[in-house]
Amino acid sequence: MILDSKIPSGPLEKKWDKHIMDGKLVNPANKRKYEVIVVGTGLAGASAASSLAELGYTVKAFTFHDSPRRAHSISAQGGINASKNYQNDGDSVYRLFYDTVKGGDFRSREANVYRLAQVSSNIIDQCTALGVPFAREYGGLLANRSFGGAQVSRTFYARGQTGQQLLLGAYSGLSRQIGLGNVQSFPNNEMLELVVIDGHARGIITRNVITGAIERHSAHSVVLATGGYGNVFYLSTNALNCNVTAAWRAHRKGAVFANPCYTQIHPTCIPVSGDYQSKLTLMSESLRNDGRIWAPLKQGDKRPPNQIPEDERDYYLERKYPSFGNLAPRDISSRAAKEACDDGRGVGETGLGVYLDFKDAIARLGEDTIRERYGNLFDIYHEITGESAYQQPMRIYPAVHYTMGGLWVDYNLMSSIPGCFVLGEANYSDHGANRLGASALMQGLADGYFVLPYTLPHYLADVPRDPAPPTDHLEFVKAEEDVVERTNKLLDNNGKQTVKSFHKRLGKIMWDKCGMARNKAGLEEAIKQIPELREEFHADVRVPGTVKDLNQSLEIAGRVADFFELGELMCRDALAREESCGGHFREEYQSEEGEATRNDAEYAHVSAWEWKGKDQPPEHHKEPLEYESVKLATRSYK
Amino acid sequence: MKVTLRVWRQKDSQSAGQFEEYDADGLNPNMSFLEMLDVVNETLTEKGDEPIAFAHDCREGICGTCSCMIDGKPHGPESGVTTCQTYMRSFKDGDVITVEPFRGSAFPVQRDLITDRDAFEKIMQAGGFITARAGSCQDANALPIAKDVADLAMDAASCVGCGACVAACKNSSAMLFVSAKAGQLNLLPQGQPEKDSRVLNMVAAMDEAGFGNCTNQYECSAACPKLISEEFISKLNRDYLVASVKGLFESKAL
Repeated sequence: MILDSKIPSGPLEKKWDKHIMDGKLVNPANKRKYEVIVVGTGLAGASAASSLAELGYTVKAFTFHDSPRRAHSISAQGGINASKNYQNDGDSVYRLFYDTVKGGDFRSREANVYRLAQVSSNIIDQCTALGVPFAREYGGLLANRSFGGAQVSRTFYARGQTGQQLLLGAYSGLSRQIGLGNVQSFPNNEMLELVVIDGHARGIITRNVITGAIERHSAHSVVLATGGYGNVFYLSTNALNCNVTAAWRAHRKGAVFANPCYTQIHPTCIPVSGDYQSKLTLMSESLRNDGRIWAPLKQGDKRPPNQIPEDERDYYLERKYPSFGNLAPRDISSRAAKEACDDGRGVGETGLGVYLDFKDAIARLGEDTIRERYGNLFDIYHEITGESAYQQPMRIYPAVHYTMGGLWVDYNLMSSIPGCFVLGEANYSDHGANRLGASALMQGLADGYFVLPYTLPHYLADVPRDPAPPTDHLEFVKAEEDVVERTNKLLDNNGKQTVKSFHKRLGKIMWDKCGMARNKAGLEEAIKQIPELREEFHADVRVPGTVKDLNQSLEIAGRVADFFELGELMCRDALAREESCGGHFREEYQSEEGEATRNDAEYAHVSAWEWKGKDQPPEHHKEPLEYESVKLATRSYK
Repeated sequence: MKVTLRVWRQKDSQSAGQFEEYDADGLNPNMSFLEMLDVVNETLTEKGDEPIAFAHDCREGICGTCSCMIDGKPHGPESGVTTCQTYMRSFKDGDVITVEPFRGSAFPVQRDLITDRDAFEKIMQAGGFITARAGSCQDANALPIAKDVADLAMDAASCVGCGACVAACKNSSAMLFVSAKAGQLNLLPQGQPEKDSRVLNMVAAMDEAGFGNCTNQYECSAACPKLISEEFISKLNRDYLVASVKGLFESKAL
């Protein structure tokens, strides 16, 4: 397989314009003849579905939620980046591009990232027009703040719920198109298989999670905007229903999976408190604008934080990275917290936590200002822990938050299966080995509003204007049979152990061996352990209920089954990448000061894995990353 | 910590439901209410019984999926939180806790604690939007919006669409939901061109879906996990009146 990125020729800043001009168009009168399936209704899916419907295509939108508005984009707190330069502080398209490439530790495609920076401004215009209530200054203009890893204020926000407000904006546009009849909405429908006919993606198999009905849907193209796979770790900041199944099913049908080992561990989450814990809660990294992170200087210091004097505190980010300090990027901040805890200086009951302290900020700005900026986050913290962050520092610890890896796509966002497009967190394209804060919302909306509407027609223009394939086509029949067989096998298994107990065990292997730090021996062990656990799962899992009813155990069982296969692939990818970069930290490859050491000579490439069958190792492909504009440098935040 | 649960069990929308009792033992006060249900479900599954179906997703109070009526209160005893943000420390050792789904004339129960809230979608599709085609928008700062107006719109926009307002209302009215959605957009300059049609269409869709009328008791606002103010209902009524009256004087085509 040759992975052709289809990056246009010419200078960086002209590539996207040239590509648009070179792309084929679909005649307005013919657009309605093309049917497009969009799976997922988060920022990427909702913006794509509504934009394609506005253009005149016939769109079907699927989500397993009861409403498109519940997609996990809704949980994003901090903000969305755009190179508006409204603050007159030296921002530009090129600076946003450069920060994103650098933040990604030089493991993303230049051309994709530049395009992202180019369209970022349009996103803010679009969302404002839709009625998104962004924060404003007293004069009525939009407010900005600086956000992890950037030295300019380019982040737009809506209190601590930017994700919800942006998603409600995209959802309102989608709702309008549904009301007009241009989009057919399929809530409560989970995609369980991709249908490929003559090498092209032409449909999906879904299960209605309320009635249990398994259905076939055909189209001229399938767009996957199905989010990330952080829940492979069991505990993460992801919503509990986030899963990899849609993407994984496409992978098994021929879509190569890129950089699966690139996972982002977010530095500011509330620490784990007990075995019953079902998820981890993020505290927006905007808190790091005013909060100072520290750990006790002495090992095993169990005094309450307010009794530890200043000279016995280690503000380790300010010490190690004087120019970025507490705003150092996520991967760097997370590893530094882990180091402090591994050194026996962690705080809280479990010793897996560090302090995020607002004492100085409250003294400087007053409690009211801090309440206005972060009140809802302090409230969340109080609800969960019963502690007030106005009185004592927050305890935080890193947690799995985002997955930079995903299905491989070319510049058109098309996967290696023609006709199957992948948007948002589900693809791998823009964040390299580490995503900067406030860039996920930007990418999801860029893909849906301003990229796919230009690149999808280029594909459709060559698809015959015949109706979409009939759903009694042999490939639909086979795909549905696969789904039914898989489902029945889980239900008829009659084992002894619950799905959740297996998921927890898989999560533990992944966190221990493929988490914040990885090494060869651990990864090799995980590659042995995961298939063993998978076998045990298929032999001894107990899934109660029937296929014909609302059956949440069955839904989760199918997702966990796919997580087993993905988890193994992540470990293989982490093992093959013998360097440290961004979120991928191999203990063998670090400098004397413990910083990640990249190996650009051998690993400046995208690792893309091709499914070769259930008991076959996947095939490793490489797409070289060529940097025309940026000079590869050691990432320094000192 | 130990509690006894009285949980509404119902196979599907066609079947009758009933309460079943379960003991939940060995609980930690720092568990969330849904984590407590997780523990109960693990035990049920291990015993070969069917676990309790309940709606949930983000577990941080923003997606609006969770929807339990706990001891007769939507989202439980605490004010300004969702079910997933309710913690066992709000209950006492030995409590008997009654758990039901959100109910309402336009909210059929689908299974156990899961309610069909599709009627909200119909209301949104009727007018809960500003028409703004991608690619056709002016610069975001071209239209300044006073901070107090933007903040008020943001207050309305914080609605998570959970339906607690409907479940709390003796009339199953959706006025707080509709007023929050319409209120956000009607406050903003971008929302003015469609203001009248938005209000008329959303209210019509609300009535058609079978929601009851508002009789100004404001249980909705008290039960709202985002504490959305009943003032938005007054605003909706004003906007509705203006839109209706304007309709009477609409100029006819010549």
